[in-house]
Amino acid sequence: MAANTGGLTAVAPSAVERPSAARLAVAANTGARPALAANAAVSVRGLIRGFGPKGVLNGVDLDIAPGEFVALLGPSGCGKSTLLRALAGLDRDVRGSGVIRVPDRVSVVFQDSRLLPWDTVLGNVTLGLREHAETRACRALAEVGLAGREKSWPHQLSGGEQQRVALARSLVREPQLLLADEPFGALDALTRIRMHGLLRDLVTAHRPAVLLVTHDVDEAIALADRIVVLDHGRTATVRPVAPQVGSAADAAGHEALRRDLLTALGVHTSVGTAIESAAGAAEAAARPAAAGAR
Amino acid sequence: MSAATVLERPAVAPHQHPDLADREDVRPAGRRLGPGPRRRLAWLLGPSALLLLWTVSSGTGLLDPRVLSEPWTVVVTAGELIADGRLQENLAVSAQRALLGLIFGTVVGAVLALVAGLSRVGEALIDGPVQIKRAIPGLALIPLLILWFGIDETMKVLTITLGVFVPVYLQTYAGLRGIDLRYVELAQTVRLSRASFIRRVVLPGALPGFFLGLRFAVTGAWVSLVVVEQINATSGIGYMMELARTYGQTNIIVLGLAVYGILGLLSDGTVRLIERKALSWQRTLAG
Ligand SMILES: Nc1ncnc2c1ncn2[C@@H]1O[C@H](COP(=O)(O)OP(=O)(O)OP(=O)(O)O)[C@@H](O)[C@H]1O
Ligand SMILES: [Mg+2]
Repeated sequence: MAANTGGLTAVAPSAVERPSAARLAVAANTGARPALAANAAVSVRGLIRGFGPKGVLNGVDLDIAPGEFVALLGPSGCGKSTLLRALAGLDRDVRGSGVIRVPDRVSVVFQDSRLLPWDTVLGNVTLGLREHAETRACRALAEVGLAGREKSWPHQLSGGEQQRVALARSLVREPQLLLADEPFGALDALTRIRMHGLLRDLVTAHRPAVLLVTHDVDEAIALADRIVVLDHGRTATVRPVAPQVGSAADAAGHEALRRDLLTALGVHTSVGTAIESAAGAAEAAARPAAAGAR
Repeated sequence: MSAATVLERPAVAPHQHPDLADREDVRPAGRRLGPGPRRRLAWLLGPSALLLLWTVSSGTGLLDPRVLSEPWTVVVTAGELIADGRLQENLAVSAQRALLGLIFGTVVGAVLALVAGLSRVGEALIDGPVQIKRAIPGLALIPLLILWFGIDETMKVLTITLGVFVPVYLQTYAGLRGIDLRYVELAQTVRLSRASFIRRVVLPGALPGFFLGLRFAVTGAWVSLVVVEQINATSGIGYMMELARTYGQTNIIVLGLAVYGILGLLSDGTVRLIERKALSWQRTLAG
């Protein structure tokens, strides 16, 4: 898929609407939606979103198979959160067009744990649950290693614990799709690695399709089955992650993929290999470089 | 790594450690900017100091009893009035008026705030008139209320209600509108029904504002009470004081003031107590 060389220049509001209005007309004629993948959990075609005159997403196409773990990479401000919010149906007031199909049960994990401060940990997990709310919530809390903390207030938990509660809250409703927007962005490197393990276990147990937004190339490689790079409002690069690369058993493959992704993110550097503690550093390197590339 | 590895926590919470009491506890010096931990009964300090000042200035003759009766005279007067039943009788009448007005006003204020806060139509219909009512002093409405309802209880309770509902409305509305949009988004992603959304997000989120309004309202209720009882009444603490004025009985007037003061302090304390229990999730300077 080619990157939009036009870049993020101002798009007139009418232009934002047009392309997929045409698509939709075609779809109506043929009585079918424009080539949505039939058995994908998530299928997105020609997604356009913009704030004011500025286009952010310029025709994103994306499919996620049931149970597939997709990581979404991209420089800061490229529209990752915008895409995720569109999938979560949280962008009613944002201009745009395109076709989105998502499953019935969608859960969202935000960068902030977003726990209701006036509700206990248990209350936060049961939010919106109907049958056997407490039993299920307790089980979910035990799963993230927080059994016994049900009666605590959110402010009594550490940042990592709060994020675990948020994970429990999203998984307790057995989602078919889990949307996570930099869920570990605010955590320290060590806690983050622990959380990777936890998330991998939970996803293996519950098998939702996952879209994980992240800045962190290594996080993406460690967790995802497939990595998508968002560039200039389109899904520019798609890389499958072989299992032995994800688990870092294949060190050379791991390094190659990492460099490939950094290049896709606009970081042209041999420094990439020098940074071993990677996570934070790669992220720090990616941001200014990508911003400068525009 | 499995979920179980994350589980490991020390079996005993550090602050409950049994032999921590006799350990050395040296900490770096640091300045605390918050007011520090709460002390029990500390709220009594201010009122007690005031009482002491009054007693001392009366005892030393600094304060002329014709200007302000001595505390002990007031206590004796209270004893006499309780003995012949007048104090309790008037107090009961006053308390009933204040309480009724407070209840009606609080309910009306809270319901209006919810309607105005949760719907644009409600906002457009309700907010303007309340702001207008807010600009009209409660006292200015009394002549009209007397014309409409006469001088009986309805007028008195209504006057108090009108004084109470405004602060409850204003603060609850502000609290509700101040709820972080992120929580509303969260409610959408977990597909809360409208009813659960109100119960689990809106009401608890608006509660701090509501309590603030309630504290204003309680004070306002007593103020309105004084006004209606001194203008037009045949019973109640205000009436008792008004009667005392015509006979020049300073001691009864001061007793009335003291009763109002104590009632105000007690009711504010009660609201604060409920507030602290209901808002125990909050971590603020109040502590
Ligand atoms: N509510 C909004 N109003 C106006 N502009 C917005 C709004 N939300 C996002 N934007 C703009 O849209 C662009 C994409 O934002 P988005 O939050 O999707 O970026 P992102 O890829 O998630 O960045 P980051 O990695 O820093 O979180 C940014 O340029 C941002 O300024
Ligand atoms: Mg973002």
